[in-house]
Amino acid sequence: MGWARKILRVDLTSGSVKSEPLNMEWAQQYLGQRGLATKYLVSEIDPKVDPLSAENKMIMATGPLTGTAASTGGRYSVITKGALTGAIACSNSGGFFGAELKMAGWDMVIFEGRSPKPVYLWIQDDRAELRDAAHLWGRTSWETEETIKRDHQDPQIRVASIGRAGENGVLFACVINDLHRAAGRSGVGAVMGSKNLKAVAVRGTVGVSGIRDFKAFMAATQAAKKVLADNAVTGQGLPKYGTQVLMNVINELGALPTRNARDVQFEGARKISAEAMHEKRPTDGKTHLVANAACFGCTIACGRVSQVDPGHWSVQNSPKYWGANGGLEYEAAWALGAADGIDDLEALQVANMICNEDGMDPITFGATVGAAMELYEIGALTKEQIGVEAPFGSAKALIEMAHMTAEGRGFGQELALGSARLCEKYGHPDLSMTVKKQEFPAYDPRGVQGMGLTYATSNRGACHLRSYTVASEVLGIPVKTDPHVTEGKPALVKAFQDATGAFDSSGTCIFTTFAWSLADLAPQLDAACEGGWTVEKLAELGERIWNLERQFNLAAGFTAKDDDLPKRLKTEPAKTGPAKGLVNQIDKMKPEYYEVRGWDAAGVPKQETLARLGL
Amino acid sequence: MEKSLHIDPNKCTGCLQCEMACSYENYGQFNLAKSRIKVFNFEHAGRKVPYTCTQCSDAWCMAACPVEAIKVDAATGAKVVSEATCVGCKVCTIACPFGTINYVHETGKVQKCDLCGGDPACAAACPTGAITYVDADWTGLDKMRQWAEKTDTQSRVGA
Repeated sequence: MGWARKILRVDLTSGSVKSEPLNMEWAQQYLGQRGLATKYLVSEIDPKVDPLSAENKMIMATGPLTGTAASTGGRYSVITKGALTGAIACSNSGGFFGAELKMAGWDMVIFEGRSPKPVYLWIQDDRAELRDAAHLWGRTSWETEETIKRDHQDPQIRVASIGRAGENGVLFACVINDLHRAAGRSGVGAVMGSKNLKAVAVRGTVGVSGIRDFKAFMAATQAAKKVLADNAVTGQGLPKYGTQVLMNVINELGALPTRNARDVQFEGARKISAEAMHEKRPTDGKTHLVANAACFGCTIACGRVSQVDPGHWSVQNSPKYWGANGGLEYEAAWALGAADGIDDLEALQVANMICNEDGMDPITFGATVGAAMELYEIGALTKEQIGVEAPFGSAKALIEMAHMTAEGRGFGQELALGSARLCEKYGHPDLSMTVKKQEFPAYDPRGVQGMGLTYATSNRGACHLRSYTVASEVLGIPVKTDPHVTEGKPALVKAFQDATGAFDSSGTCIFTTFAWSLADLAPQLDAACEGGWTVEKLAELGERIWNLERQFNLAAGFTAKDDDLPKRLKTEPAKTGPAKGLVNQIDKMKPEYYEVRGWDAAGVPKQETLARLGL
Repeated sequence: MEKSLHIDPNKCTGCLQCEMACSYENYGQFNLAKSRIKVFNFEHAGRKVPYTCTQCSDAWCMAACPVEAIKVDAATGAKVVSEATCVGCKVCTIACPFGTINYVHETGKVQKCDLCGGDPACAAACPTGAITYVDADWTGLDKMRQWAEKTDTQSRVGA
């Protein structure tokens, strides 16, 4: 049993905490983390609940491989009804917090209700209590982590917290752990803030000892680590360049959404690429990149540690940004850079640090800035309204907007609602590059057709981490498909969605799937857990989770109409590059997708599909 | 030939596989709190440094122990704690200048690296070669080779 078999239930309203046995019947059907916590959530809340009300719940969940020697086995997820989307939300994070929670002896923590005053949860192995957080409220995530460690005189505590964004109701606030890692998307941090829960601090010394067959587990994890080490992407590309290595690749493919997706190629891409991170700056002769870094148990180590030039205008009076810090990954570099037409690499890193410091999703934030910049350029917003001149390409506007959003000042309060609400308010709803009110990330669906279907059908709103068909359509993993055609994409998207659901429920990182398939994951899980975890069982698990999430969204009020892309992607052809002249053909792919999913024409799972999956 | 753990912090990514391997080897569980090797993260310098007992020749922990619970493993040179003899007085933890021998409240004894009897699990688990187990007299060999490679680089072609 990879499970700790124990969950912690925290009633924030009454301030009580209690331990419950994990529902092992559900664990066999939903494994852990994303799957299992979603099962708990949908069983306990009304799908129509206001995400920011006391009636919503929030779950922090580990998987059976979290806290083990399996490579990347340090993941946890935050599952709730999303503040940004109103849809099911599940945001996955690495770092060390998840493993610490597991090592304290807990599979998951369920938060319900709302605390009358700011509190944080302190977990020390089997002891847990809510503590006053008056002195932490109004602080950044960085200050919160430092203060908690100091108060407890224990540097080995791991902390997940919200920054000021989560307190201020920024709808794309995230939960930050270990300073630079984030449960990033859909506004899970806003839900946490609405509950007056500032942080969760954990020290776990119980460890993970309940592995079904330790000997088989060590052999299986060893073999799987070798697969990662021998693979060009996970063994060489990611450790050296990080995910940002995609910048030039995707730009050359003409699939880099630029200036709020007006364009599909960015003339400044080279300047904000992973290669540029390795080059010496003319200003001080140093490279941006300091080192790569791993999350708990990860033998890939794609994480970036970087350092900005202290003389750059954006930080010259802020020493807190001068040291080595969490660096850019691809999506953030795109959202803060290409999406806003900005090629100032220092400014992108600083904006990224602000997002980490105060807990904001850089994808939604950057894309919302892009939408605001377009509104400014067409005259729908003025300098007076924004507080700063905000044409595309203005790094000064980006930095200022990051500060004002995190701090809840002025126009920042409008940016805080995301681009869908912003564009609606200023009369141009079509300029919001969102699905289900969540901004899509760094792959333009006009140049990568499968990603259009991925975004449109993602249960948590537009997202690349629900079915990363870029792997197939661009990188040829597991097989190369043509990014410009729609044929075969519905089945491809379904297969990716289902496999991803299994990985997201295991405690391992989705980045392993550049090298691993379910055939690499299954033996590790099977050695750790009872239940005979085969490839077939995992694929079915993924499909079951997908349909469970779908049912929740349908009950929450979403319909087939919400499985759609912004008009721009369907009507304004790509202007340049290999995809020139193409739009995304979502309307062609969607009916076939519903069919391969076993859903009716309205996107509702058929009775036989539900019966087959035991739903 | 005596061998020694050799640590190259520049190669460390901070994944903690060494800590898990250590706790599994000695306690049959994955538990960072029970690891005898620790990886330190110097956040603002962007450095990670694994650190454990260096097996001093004239070991202060051994000299300080009032009950002779710490003995030299003749095969590996490791200074090994005999749990049966240790009384948990913690004097060794005060004597050690490096902090690499520590008390375990659960057992009431101290623990330190014992080189796993000559096949250190941490070195085997390290994915980047930051921790290796090499000839104790030649821990500098890799560095020497790197510098040697940089000397006398003139082309021999046509010489």
